[in-house]
Amino acid sequence: MTISRRQFVSTLAGASAASLASPGLSFAQGSGPIRVGLLAAKTGPLASGGIDMELALTMFLKDRDNTLAGRKVELIVADTAGVPATARTKTQELVEKNNVHCIIGPLAAFEALAIIDYLTEKEIPTLGVSAAEDMTQRHPSPWYVRLTSTSAQCTYPLADYSLKELKYKKIVTIADDFAYGHEMCAGFQRAFEDGGGKIIQKIFTPLATPDYGSYVAQVKTDADALFLGTAGSNGFRFLRQFIEYGLKDKIAVIGGMTALDESVLRNMGDEALGIITTSWYSATLDNPLNKAFAPAFRKQFKYDPGYYAASTYLSGQVLEGALKTIKANAEDKKALMAAIRGNNVDTIRGLVKFDEFGNVIGNVYIRKVTRSDGRLVNSVIKTYPDVSQFWTYDKKEFLKNPVYSRDYPPAKNLEL
Amino acid sequence: MKWIAIALFAAVALLLPFFAGDFYVNLASQIYIAAIFALSLNLLVGFGGMTSLGHASYLGVAAYVSALMTTRYGLHHGAAALISILGTVAMAAFFGLIALRATGLGFLMITLALSQVLWGLAYRMSNITNGDNGITGITRPEPFGISLESPAAFYWFALITAVIAFVMMTVFVSSSFGSSLKGVRDQPRRMAALGFNPWMVRWITFVYAGFWGAISGLLYVYYNKYIHPTSLSTTSSAEALLGVIAGGSGTLAGPAVGAALVLLLKNYVSAYVERWNMLLGLVFLFIVLVMPEGIVPGLQKLAARLRRRSS
Repeated sequence: MTISRRQFVSTLAGASAASLASPGLSFAQGSGPIRVGLLAAKTGPLASGGIDMELALTMFLKDRDNTLAGRKVELIVADTAGVPATARTKTQELVEKNNVHCIIGPLAAFEALAIIDYLTEKEIPTLGVSAAEDMTQRHPSPWYVRLTSTSAQCTYPLADYSLKELKYKKIVTIADDFAYGHEMCAGFQRAFEDGGGKIIQKIFTPLATPDYGSYVAQVKTDADALFLGTAGSNGFRFLRQFIEYGLKDKIAVIGGMTALDESVLRNMGDEALGIITTSWYSATLDNPLNKAFAPAFRKQFKYDPGYYAASTYLSGQVLEGALKTIKANAEDKKALMAAIRGNNVDTIRGLVKFDEFGNVIGNVYIRKVTRSDGRLVNSVIKTYPDVSQFWTYDKKEFLKNPVYSRDYPPAKNLEL
Repeated sequence: MKWIAIALFAAVALLLPFFAGDFYVNLASQIYIAAIFALSLNLLVGFGGMTSLGHASYLGVAAYVSALMTTRYGLHHGAAALISILGTVAMAAFFGLIALRATGLGFLMITLALSQVLWGLAYRMSNITNGDNGITGITRPEPFGISLESPAAFYWFALITAVIAFVMMTVFVSSSFGSSLKGVRDQPRRMAALGFNPWMVRWITFVYAGFWGAISGLLYVYYNKYIHPTSLSTTSSAEALLGVIAGGSGTLAGPAVGAALVLLLKNYVSAYVERWNMLLGLVFLFIVLVMPEGIVPGLQKLAARLRRRSS
């Protein structure tokens, strides 16, 4: 990708010199390509997700001959390194130096939070991937939409499924000790306890935990199931130790949208079989668009696309839909944003709609790890259609409460 | 010749916003902030012989305090800045009491430990610091009613502050106190025998370095309008130390050059080279092998050698 980036820079040297002198310069429609910025962490601890984001979006554009709605598209990828201050500088580079028309990404909540004020000020349509609840709740931005899910959005259906189909009564949650983990567990806990279940223990582990042994030993074995709210490779590492301690036969495991992501699953063996997770996507989704995407991705890169790859491909589809509506006039940013929000686009995850806060209303899938063609896959066992970030709760009441955190909503059923 | 170069540099620095795009102006503002931070660290590392791996504490705490005071308690920017500086300096005074019980490696480990404590607090006290989500909604101050929202206005604000910081720190190390500091660095026993109090000299320097760390922290938070625990992390401290050593510790201009180098590699070169971390390592390796004293002393030596050869 470095090369294409360099080529892009050299071909645009003249134009960027002009834009250097007058940064506000905007091109008339058709006089240049649509410039799309991708913010992805390609170095640092979040790199594997960031690289998948780039691969999938590049593939999306390549399949369309780098043309959306009849106009050429230039993709400019910036590496945020998973650091908020760097994310901000890189965003400024995309906006001020490269004059992008819209931005896809970034991945981590703290990266998105670091740049959202700036993007709102500069009025750049942003198709977000990160999950921080408040970005589409108490502090929404007119220039930000999220196409994936909030931290908790996918856990509500799982809580419902755990109560009604799996008949679980007592659950232990374990998650990474940062905002994403807190929000996810809080959402799961709320829906699970409102339905009559009990969260008897909540464990939060540091993001970089070299050894899960001491945490595994803490797990209360009288629970019906363990909810795994980890991100990245942590789920895989936790589970390995969980099995070594012989707990797998005692407690069932269920997980959030990143716990057994396809990118984690490819490193696992039979120990993962039967684990139930929830997500807005699965590589095995049976719709025509995903049937075109997932096998092609697999053919090219030798593994199934997961959360991160799907997120940018999905962004590409939503962007394409909006560009068709406004006849590729990406210079009219207000119209572009209105089209993004107003369109109901059919995508690899199913139909995508937005609520008034810019958050997606879409299908959430309950998935079970099975073996198919010799590899582990997340096969869909139940679909919850059109899940909103507010689940079945009243929107106004929901927003009156504080944002989900480590301590909110309070866990009343903990067993000491 | 030297004066022409300096005048040229000053003219470019002063007039940059008139010919460069916003992105480059912002990049330059960040360089000034990183330079102030590296210069303050250099007081400890270069002139005091106290290698610290926890200098980000001062930047981070000042930034956090200012952010909390303005967003949570609705304080005016002036008052918030004052509280933030006073608080950070008080913290530096206290940390100095702990860290200066040791020298050398012990000192390094204590500063590292203290900064890790603060980093951990920023992460875990999420009811105050908002934890991993960081603090958003921060505004920039308006000194004398001038808005700093535009990149150019902020650039000049950062430039003025950086110049003041550079002059103040130059005065500090060139003064007789600065001489005693260098004396304590090289010959602590002899200095003690001469009637100086080496501990006190070190402590005052430690607090003064904390003060300028706080100033860079304020600029940092005004610039980013966002603060996150990563700015308190060891990486943040280590990057500054890398800049100081690469540029030339114990010289006046070296840390500023080194900080600029690290920042440009991180934020500018990374757009063209995917493995910029590796490049940073290679550049550092090159400096250590070819110019072990740092870029600025290395270049000075090179220039002197060329002059001798030509004369």
